[in-house]
Amino acid sequence: MIWLAGLGGIAGAIMRYTLGRYIMKRAGGQSPHPFPLGTWVINISGSFLLGLLFGLSKAELLTSLWWALLGVGFCGAYTTFSTFGYETMQLITANKLRKACLYVISSVTLGLIAAWFGIWVVGIFIHKG
Amino acid sequence: MRELIYVGAGGFLGTVLRYGVQLWLEPASANFPLAVLMINLAGCFFLGWFFTITPVKWRIPAEWRLLIGTGFTGAFTTFSTFSIDSIQLLQDRQVVLAVSYILLSVVIGLLMSFLGIKIGERMSLSRLAKENSL
Repeated sequence: MIWLAGLGGIAGAIMRYTLGRYIMKRAGGQSPHPFPLGTWVINISGSFLLGLLFGLSKAELLTSLWWALLGVGFCGAYTTFSTFGYETMQLITANKLRKACLYVISSVTLGLIAAWFGIWVVGIFIHKG
Repeated sequence: MRELIYVGAGGFLGTVLRYGVQLWLEPASANFPLAVLMINLAGCFFLGWFFTITPVKWRIPAEWRLLIGTGFTGAFTTFSTFSIDSIQLLQDRQVVLAVSYILLSVVIGLLMSFLGIKIGERMSLSRLAKENSL
């Protein structure tokens, strides 16, 4: 099971790296300290995806093997907390305090809402079906 | 293309270690997501230190930064599990635990990143000072 999670982790980490770079290239602009939009999008979308998977597994529509591969592995490695902390400190050291506050508060609030929304969406479909 | 191999390999190791720590700390994490909190705090400290010290003191190849920093530490820590665990605590009406978990993760996490960066800077400065005195 742990190796299955690792397998999902390979895909998650590669997806994070590729998508993060793509977003920053398109939206990073010329600012030396841009808003970390890449990690922001990744953490919020990953929270939503894990919410979906969590809802499915609570409804017993997802086996523990798929949960290990996609939930623990892919979503766990796709999203990241350490880069979130590092990027925030970089903004703070560059005296971009408003950007730093906006980054932290919006990541946490929207991440929680996205996770909740993912669980909710699954609940709606199950009750309809 | 080659950089993806480094990121992926690091992602594999980071995920396996995270899952291992989660299973190991499972008994202590029944009412509070202690394992993920510890993982995220440790990862914040390590990444701050590693990304600060490697360009200056240890001039290691960029591939190593991708493997250990972006791949390994990035995948070891997780934001999605943090979100889900917080929502679960809120849905269980454990509001105090949920708010404590969120604040501890974010505030101590940022402090850990800061500490890692500062210690990395100190260690790098000693290297630069040595080079300048030569």
